[in-house]
Amino acid sequence: MSTAYSPDQLPAPAHTPVIELRGLTVRHGSVPALNRVGATLQPGTITCVLGENGSGKSTLVSVLSGLRRHDEGELFVAGTPVNFRSPRQARALGIATVWQDLAVAPLLSIWRNFFLGAEPTRGIWPFRRLDVDGARETTVRAMARVGVTGLDPDQPASALQAGERQSLAVARALHFGARALVIDEPVTPMTVARQTLFGQAILAAKAQGLAVVVVTNNPRYAHLIGDRFLLLAHGHVAGNLTRDDVDADDLTALMAGGEQLTTLTDALTALHPELGER
Amino acid sequence: MISDRLPSFGHARPAPAHRFLSRALARPSVPAVVVLVLVVVFFWVQAPALSTNAGLAGILDVAAPLGIGAVAVALLLIAGQFDLSVGVMALGSPLLTAMLIGEAGWPAWPALLASLLAALVVGVVNGVLVVNTGLPSFLVTLATFLVLQGTALAGFEVVAGSTQVGGLDAAPGWNSAAAVFGSSAELGGARFHVAVLWWVAATALATWALWRTRFGNAVFASGGARTAARELGVPVRRTTVALFCLTATAGWLIGTLGLFRVESVPLVNPGVGTALDFLVVAVIGGCLLTGGYGSAIGAAVAALLYAVARQGITVAGWDPRWFQTLLGALLLLALVANGVVRRRLKAVPRS
Repeated sequence: MSTAYSPDQLPAPAHTPVIELRGLTVRHGSVPALNRVGATLQPGTITCVLGENGSGKSTLVSVLSGLRRHDEGELFVAGTPVNFRSPRQARALGIATVWQDLAVAPLLSIWRNFFLGAEPTRGIWPFRRLDVDGARETTVRAMARVGVTGLDPDQPASALQAGERQSLAVARALHFGARALVIDEPVTPMTVARQTLFGQAILAAKAQGLAVVVVTNNPRYAHLIGDRFLLLAHGHVAGNLTRDDVDADDLTALMAGGEQLTTLTDALTALHPELGER
Repeated sequence: MISDRLPSFGHARPAPAHRFLSRALARPSVPAVVVLVLVVVFFWVQAPALSTNAGLAGILDVAAPLGIGAVAVALLLIAGQFDLSVGVMALGSPLLTAMLIGEAGWPAWPALLASLLAALVVGVVNGVLVVNTGLPSFLVTLATFLVLQGTALAGFEVVAGSTQVGGLDAAPGWNSAAAVFGSSAELGGARFHVAVLWWVAATALATWALWRTRFGNAVFASGGARTAARELGVPVRRTTVALFCLTATAGWLIGTLGLFRVESVPLVNPGVGTALDFLVVAVIGGCLLTGGYGSAIGAAVAALLYAVARQGITVAGWDPRWFQTLLGALLLLALVANGVVRRRLKAVPRS
C-alpha cells in the first residue's frame, strides 16, 4: 500500500483537500508528541502552524514530509490514505519541505545539494548516470527565481552565505513541490529583503494551487500571509481559525506564550503598580 | 517569470585565479599526488634500481591488492564509516576457497562463489549491526575482525589438519579461474600480474560511481550530512550496508588474487598488518575521517605512494622497519592537511 506512489495515480478534484489529517497521533516513547490532530490543507491555501516550542510543530512537519510515521489515525494525500516510510515517498507525491536546519550538505556542490535524494538520471540501469548538465542548468535557473544570481553550481554549499543557503533550501522546495509545500521556519535569522522574497515565492506557490504549510513563531508574519491558522499546544489542536476569525493581536494572545505573558503581566502589575503606567 | 522583477542578492564572486586555486585545493587527491612525486624523485636518486621494469613490477605487486582494498575503504570512509575487517576477509576467504576445493572436493568456481557469498554475509552483518545499533563502526568491525581472525586460523587447522593446502590446481575449473585472477604478462623482462588490471578497474568504477551516479551522491551525503540526507529521503541505511558489502567483496578479491598467485595458502598472517593499512592509505589519499569528502583516485594514488616507499626502502638496502616511520609521518601529514582542507571547506562566510 505504501509503495510507489506517483502524482499521476492520485487524481485531485478541486474540492479534495491536498492533505488531510484525521485523529493523527505520534508518540515519542509513551509520550504523545501529537495527540489526535485533525486538519485539512486545501489547495491554494496557506496554513500557518503556531505554537510554543515543544507543542508538536516539528513533529507535524516530520509526519507531513515522511521522516516519521504516525502511530494512530489517518493521513490522506489527495484523498488516498498513506503512511510514509521515507521522505522519498512524500517527495514523490509532490510534498516538498524546507527544513528548519535547511538540510544542506556543506561539502557537496550546490547542484548536488539541490537534487540530493531526487537526482535526474539518464541511460538504462547498469549505465544509469546523473544528468549533470541538466541538473546544473536547472539549479541556476531555480536559484535565480529566488533572487540568487551569478551562481557557480559547482561550488560547495559551504561557499554560500547563510542567506543563500536559505534560498537554496527554498528554491529546492519550490522546484520539487508539485502539490504541497511544508516550510519549517529556519532557525537562522532572515533579512527583511530575503523574507520578502520568500513571502512572494510562497504567495506565488499559493496562486499556483499548492497547499502551503508555514510553521512559524511569529504571529504577525503568520497573519500577514496566512489564510488559516492551526494553533498547537502540548500536541493538541488548540485552535483552527481562519483569517476572518482573528487579527494579529488575537493570534499573539492565543499562542500559548501569549497566554502566559498576560498572566505574568497581571501578576507583575499587581505587585508593582508603577509598571502599569508604562 | 518572477525573476525579472526581483532584486538580486549575489555577492562579489572570487576572481577566476583565486577560484582555480581553491578548486585545486578542493580536490582530495592533490596532496597525495604531490607527495607521490616527491617520494618517486627521492627514491629515484636513492635506489635507481627502482626505475627498472622489474622495480616497477615490484611496486605494482604491492600497490595493486592494497589499492583495491583502499579504494573500497575510501568509499566507506566518505560515507562516514570504518571497516577494519577487510584484512581478515583477505585472509579468510582464500582459506575458505582452498578448504572447499582441497578438503570438500568442490570445483573452483562454485568454491569461489561460496567464499564470495560468505564475505558478503559478513559485510551485511557488519552493515546491519552498524546501522541498527548506531554503535561506532570502528568497534563493530574490530569485533568482527577478531572473531573472524580466530575462526579462520583455528578452524582451518582443525579442518585441514595442517597449515598448508596444496594441489589446488587439480580442481575442475581451476585453469579458467586462474586465467581471470592469476594470469600475468611478460613485459620488458618483468612480470606484471593481472591484479593491476583489477586495481585500475576498481578505481575507475569507484570514481565513476562516486561522481556520476545517485549512489555516489548518497555516499557523500551519508557521510557529510547524515541528518540532511535523511530529511531528503536519501537511503542512508541501504547505502551504508551496500558499502560494507563492497569492502567485504574487495577483501575477497584481494584474497582470491593472492590465492591464484601462489596456488597455495600459507597460514602466515598478513591480515593483522593490512587491517589498518587500508585505512591509512585511504586517509593519505585525502579522505576525511569525519566523512563526506574524499576520492577513489586519491586512495589509488596513495596506494602507489605506499608501494614506492616500501619497495624503495627495500631496494635501497635500508632497514625495512624505517618504512613504518615514514608511513606514520605521512599519515600525520595527511591528517593535518585534511584538517586544513576541512576547515576551509566548512568555514561559513558571514553575511
